[in-house]
Amino acid sequence: MHLIYNFVAGPLLWLTVIVFFGGSIYRILSILKMAHQKDIAVYAYFNPFYALRSVFHWIIPFANESMKKHPLLTIVSFAFHICLFLAPLFLFAHIILIKQSCNISWGYIPDIVADIMTVMVILSCIFFLIRRIRIPEIHYLSTRSDYIVLAIVAAPFITGFLAYHQWVAYDIISILHILSGEIMLMCIPFTKLNHALFFFLTRGYMGSEFGKVRHSRDW
Amino acid sequence: MYEGVKAEADHKIDDAGIDSGIQALTDKKIESVITKFLKSETGARFKVYTDICVHCGLCADACHFFLSNDRNPKFSPSGKVKQTIGEIVAKKGKVNSEFIWKLAEIAFTECNVCKRCVMYCPFGIDVAYLMLTMRRLCHQLGVVPQNIQDTAHSHSATFNQMWIKEDEWIDSLQWQEEEAREELPKLRIPLEKQGADIFYSVIGPEPKFRAQLLYQAAVIMNTAGVDWTMPATPGWDNSDMCMYTGDYEMMGRLKRSHFETAMRLKAKRIVMGECGHAFRSVYDVGNRFLGWKMPPIPITHAVAFYHELLIAKKIKIAHLFEEPVTFHDPCNIVRGGGLHEIAREVIRYTCKTFIEMIPNREHNYCCSAGGGLINCGAPYKMKRVEGNRVKAEQLKEAKKKGANIVIAPCHNCHGGLEDIIHHYGLDMKLKFLGDIIYETMEKPEDE
Repeated sequence: MHLIYNFVAGPLLWLTVIVFFGGSIYRILSILKMAHQKDIAVYAYFNPFYALRSVFHWIIPFANESMKKHPLLTIVSFAFHICLFLAPLFLFAHIILIKQSCNISWGYIPDIVADIMTVMVILSCIFFLIRRIRIPEIHYLSTRSDYIVLAIVAAPFITGFLAYHQWVAYDIISILHILSGEIMLMCIPFTKLNHALFFFLTRGYMGSEFGKVRHSRDW
Repeated sequence: MYEGVKAEADHKIDDAGIDSGIQALTDKKIESVITKFLKSETGARFKVYTDICVHCGLCADACHFFLSNDRNPKFSPSGKVKQTIGEIVAKKGKVNSEFIWKLAEIAFTECNVCKRCVMYCPFGIDVAYLMLTMRRLCHQLGVVPQNIQDTAHSHSATFNQMWIKEDEWIDSLQWQEEEAREELPKLRIPLEKQGADIFYSVIGPEPKFRAQLLYQAAVIMNTAGVDWTMPATPGWDNSDMCMYTGDYEMMGRLKRSHFETAMRLKAKRIVMGECGHAFRSVYDVGNRFLGWKMPPIPITHAVAFYHELLIAKKIKIAHLFEEPVTFHDPCNIVRGGGLHEIAREVIRYTCKTFIEMIPNREHNYCCSAGGGLINCGAPYKMKRVEGNRVKAEQLKEAKKKGANIVIAPCHNCHGGLEDIIHHYGLDMKLKFLGDIIYETMEKPEDE
C-alpha cells in the first residue's frame, strides 16, 4: 500500500504537473500558431477592449440572455465552477501537503466550507448527468466521452469527500483520490475539459468581431 | 418536447443540382476532396470550435429551425454540426454520397448563417462559420442546390445575380428616371458621373422585380440634393450569392468589380440599398477575401444614409406615417452592422406609432430566407416557412398589439416574411424603410 501511495504521490504527481502545464501550454501555443498560419483574421480583428467586454458578460451570472433563459442551469454552473476551483486550491489538508513538500503556502478555508463545496460539486455533476440524459437536444449531442469526462471530474470530489470523512478504507480511498485528481488534471488539455483553456480566446475573438466590426452585442 | 429522433426517417428533397453533383462523385473522390479541404481550408477556428463544444445544448434555444420544428434536436445548431462536421472528422472523410446529400441539405437549407446562436453559446462558437465551411466543401465537391448555383452562375457570367444584360440595366434606370420625372420634372439618375460624393449600388432584383425602389431612391436623392451617381457598367450589383454557395474565388471577383467600379468613378463613398446579405458581403466577408481589413471605400447602408439625411434636415417629413408599424431587425445589418438603434430613430422620425417585436434588436429571430435559403428555391420553400413558425408567432404578437405594417430594411427578409405572412394567414403588410420615407417626405413643389 505504501509503495502505491509513494508512487501516486511522488513520480506520478510530477508527471501530472508536467502533462498538465506542458500540455496546456502546448495546446494554446499550437492553436495560436495555427491561427497565425491559417486564420490570420483572428489576430487582425482581436481587440482587447471588446474581448474583455464580452468575457465579462459571460463570467458574470445572468449578464446575458442565454443565462436568463436557463436560471437553474446558470446557478448550478456557477456554483459548480466556483467550488471546483476554490475547494481544492484552499483546502487546509492540501495547503499543509504543499507546505511540507515545497515550503510555500497560502490562505485556507474552513474544512466545513470545503466539505459543503465538495458536496455541491458532486450534486452539480449529478444535475449535469440528469440533464444530459433527460433533455432530448442534449442527449442527442452526447457521446460516450461526455459521460466519461463528467465522471473524471466528479471522481476526485467523491473520493475526496470519502477520504475526509474516513468512513471506509481510508488508505485505498486516499490513493484513489490522488489518482483521480491526477487523471483529471492530465485530461484538461486533451479532452473537452480544454474549454477551460480556450474560453477566453474564443469568447474574446467573438466579442472583438461583434464589438469592433459589427457594432453589436454578443450576449 | 420532441421525442421522436430515432423513429424519424431522413427524407431527401429532390434537387437537380444536388442530384447531378452526387452522380459525378465516387467514394474515393469524396475522400480526396475532403482530405484536401480539411488540410488547406480549415484552421484554428475550425479546430477550436469543434474541439471545445461541451455539448451543453444552450445554442438550441437560439435557433428558429429548432424552435419551430417542435424542438427536434437535429435542428439545433450543435445538432447540425454533429451531423455534418462531426461525421466528417470522425470518419476522416471516408463518407459516401448519401452522406454528402444530407450534408448539402443541412448546410444549405437548414441554417440561415444568421449567427443568433453565437449569442447563446457560452464560448461564442460560430456555428454560422462552421456551416459556411461545409458549404465551401459542397462547392468543392460540386454539390450545390440548383437554384442558388444558377444565381452564382449569373454572377460569374454577368456580375449581377439576375442575368441582367448591360443595356437592360441602363434601360431600367432610364425608364425609372422617366417615370419619376412625372413627379419631379427635374429629377435625374446620373450615370457614370465622375467624382460624385455617392456611388449608389443596389442588388440585381431591384431592376428585375422591384424597379419602384430605384424610382424611390432617385426621388430621395434628388429631393435631398445629394451629389450621386450610378455606374453604366457591370459592378453596379452589390449582391453576392457566391459568398453563400462557398465559391469564394467568385465572391472575390464580384466584390473587386464593385469596389473598382466605384473607384473608377472616383466616388467618395458607396451608399447601398436596403439589403442585408450584400452588406455582409461588402462590409465584412468579401473585403476580407480581397485582403482589406475594412472596405477600401467607406460603405453606408441605406438605413444609416436615411438617418443622415433626416438629421441633416436634407429630407423633411411632411406628415407622419399614420398606421402603427413594427420593425424586423435583419441579421446582417443588426448582428452584422449594429444599425438597430439608428433604424429605430428613422422610424421615430417618420412614423406615429411604433410597436416593438419581442425579441428584438440583436436577439430578433431570422426571417429564414437569408443566408441563401430563399435562393435555393421552390423545393425548400415549405421547409423554410414551416421551419420558422416562431417568426409567425412573433409577428402575430406584434399584430395583436396593433401593428399591421412590418418594416424590414432587407430584400431577403421581405421575401421570407412575405412567405410567412401568407402561409400563416397573418394579413400584415411589408414595407422598406425607403417606402416609408418616400410616402412621408416633403417633396419639392412643381415649378
